[in-house]
Amino acid sequence: MITLEKRPQPSQVWSMASPLVAVLLTMIAGAGLFAALGQDPIEALAKIFWEPLFGEFSFFYRPQLLIKGAPLVLIAIGLSLGFRAGIWNIGAEGQYIIGALSGAAVALALYPSEARWLVFPLMVIAGAFGGFAWAMIPGILRVKFKTNEILVSLMLVYVAEQLLASMALGAMRNPDGQGFPGSRNMAQMDAATSWINQSAGMHWGVVAAFIAVIFAYVLLARHVLGFQIKLAGQAPRAAAFSGTNPARLILFCLGTSGALAGMAGMFEISGPSGIVSIDFNVGYGFTAIIVAFLGRLHPVGILLAAGLMALTYIGGDVAQSSLGLPGAAIQVFQGMLLFFLLAVDVLTNYRFRFGTKGVA
Amino acid sequence: MLRRTLLASAAAVAGLSGLAMADGHEPVKVGFVYVGPIGDGGWTYEHHQGLLAVQEEFGDAVETVFVESVPEGPDAERVMTQMALEGADLIFTTSFGYMDPTINVAAQFPDVRFEHATGYKQADNVSVYSARFYEGRAVQGHIAGQMTESNIVGYIASFPIPEVIRGINAAYIHAKEVNPDVEFKIIWAYTWFDPAKEAEAANTLIEQGADIILQHTDSTAPQAAAEAANEAGATVYTFGQASDMIEFAPAPRVSSIIDNWAPYYIERTQAVIDGSWESVSTWDGMDTGMVEIGEITDAVPADVKASAEAMIAAITAGEYHPFTGPINKQDGSVWLAEGETAADYGDNGLAGLNFYVEGLTAEVPQ
Repeated sequence: MITLEKRPQPSQVWSMASPLVAVLLTMIAGAGLFAALGQDPIEALAKIFWEPLFGEFSFFYRPQLLIKGAPLVLIAIGLSLGFRAGIWNIGAEGQYIIGALSGAAVALALYPSEARWLVFPLMVIAGAFGGFAWAMIPGILRVKFKTNEILVSLMLVYVAEQLLASMALGAMRNPDGQGFPGSRNMAQMDAATSWINQSAGMHWGVVAAFIAVIFAYVLLARHVLGFQIKLAGQAPRAAAFSGTNPARLILFCLGTSGALAGMAGMFEISGPSGIVSIDFNVGYGFTAIIVAFLGRLHPVGILLAAGLMALTYIGGDVAQSSLGLPGAAIQVFQGMLLFFLLAVDVLTNYRFRFGTKGVA
Repeated sequence: MLRRTLLASAAAVAGLSGLAMADGHEPVKVGFVYVGPIGDGGWTYEHHQGLLAVQEEFGDAVETVFVESVPEGPDAERVMTQMALEGADLIFTTSFGYMDPTINVAAQFPDVRFEHATGYKQADNVSVYSARFYEGRAVQGHIAGQMTESNIVGYIASFPIPEVIRGINAAYIHAKEVNPDVEFKIIWAYTWFDPAKEAEAANTLIEQGADIILQHTDSTAPQAAAEAANEAGATVYTFGQASDMIEFAPAPRVSSIIDNWAPYYIERTQAVIDGSWESVSTWDGMDTGMVEIGEITDAVPADVKASAEAMIAAITAGEYHPFTGPINKQDGSVWLAEGETAADYGDNGLAGLNFYVEGLTAEVPQ
């Protein structure tokens, strides 16, 4: 008989190993899925994981990894701080939208100014502030009225989506757009674009993502606030005794993740996306939750996890067009990653016992 | 530097495929980018039927590829680039939101031909094509106006773009013509395909008293919602959108607008094979068969069916234009004078239509 037994201490080894095991299991189950769909499983996996990195057109796909991965890293880094402290910001998608709208508002209001030294920094500040302010709503409600930040932040995503639609159709609509929804293209404005080198996939969001990784690493490893965040998550009572102010911690974690998500949105809308359109957001804020956990809430882990997620998106599209795999199969494949991660994570806190422990 | 590499390789790929085409050995590669899943039962389903028709028509001479559920934005641009890199000769991008991505990618691949559905930006290697769905909407309005008992017609709209607004106007004008008391309730779903949202919108409209549901979204969810309401004792009628949705006939689905892209896709593929492809702007309707009206079921009274069929015949023959004056704008100002028909382009033209006609009480979302 096999029983699960709680470990006295969470296993360090399994904490590190479980993402790798999960990826491996996903590949095996995915291979089975693709085989069931009548594809050569090895070829399908090669299309997803190998082709974008080392295939014939990797010169195109590699920069795309940066474009797809940067917002995931930025958002997931912010989320990981809160998640470590037991503060659950599920509404990064909304903060991402509001940040994008705030940044776009600056760019469009100052158009056709050519003063990049003024416009772009202002956009960054506005984007960060927009996301920050949107995250402060669940933050302040939680601190003042003990509302549940999971629900409030999630619901605010839908509010943000409506606001986005309203902006794309109204205030931010391109006056030269013949009545069609959507704003002017900010990626084409020299003063406002976040692109550094488009064909290399470099925009300021990529730079910011790397800075955020370093910043978060230092914060968690060296700063007293990082210590408090980790303590609050692992031992809330001990955190309280050691002088942690829980309200301040909640506001810091939500505010930081909001600001980072807002910046991610701002860099996206002034670069890869370019225009304020009704369906500007494509779910980075939600995918980043998976990325944060897949990366063990560790800055470097998140960097790797975001790269992996970006790879499955890009490789998934490659597999669709070159092998005719259905889009849903790719989504199932991505979903399995989280499923296996959660399943394998059980082993971090529990271990298997073989044999009977006594008479039942 | 990298940009140059990209362009050079693109040129090399295009050159290779050009050579191969001349050889007659390598098949012409046709790519399709879809906004929804091919199983949506509506818009994307019909485009995919077009792909299948192309494949069947040309057999081994053509290779078709597609990617489904591609979001309208940077992802679309990546998918198109990927198709072009992998040697596609002709790429159909089948949603309005693919307009800018199509133009951007086309600029990088001058030797690949692109065809963008429902947009208005053309280039040397980008054609635009669309169908006059509003002709079908007129027929729907004509039937709906006479079928409604509550005089409330529910309308599930997607995005406030001219194509959708044209449809609302056409349906309303022709419903009003046969039923002066008719009223339209419009819900904007802000999505092309989201069965949950579409069902919710349908239920909301039914709760508000609508007994006809028109939809400009792509799934069959509103049909299913109406069917469920009917099983619970209501009488709600619907019309298939983009695809026949015949599985919901004879009621709630009493008729449908069918987008028939196959002839166009075959013609354009043939043009690439012949080397005669040119950038064109196509906007066809019932006359060429790009817009078809699905079978009007027996749930519709015989006289209504007969007059609807007369209208279909008149539109098909070019004798009747669904936007024929006198028609006022919502604010009461004159849009079309007595006997005047709407122009396709220009100020107040159909292509950029962004206002409601007189009588509609809602406002176009701003």
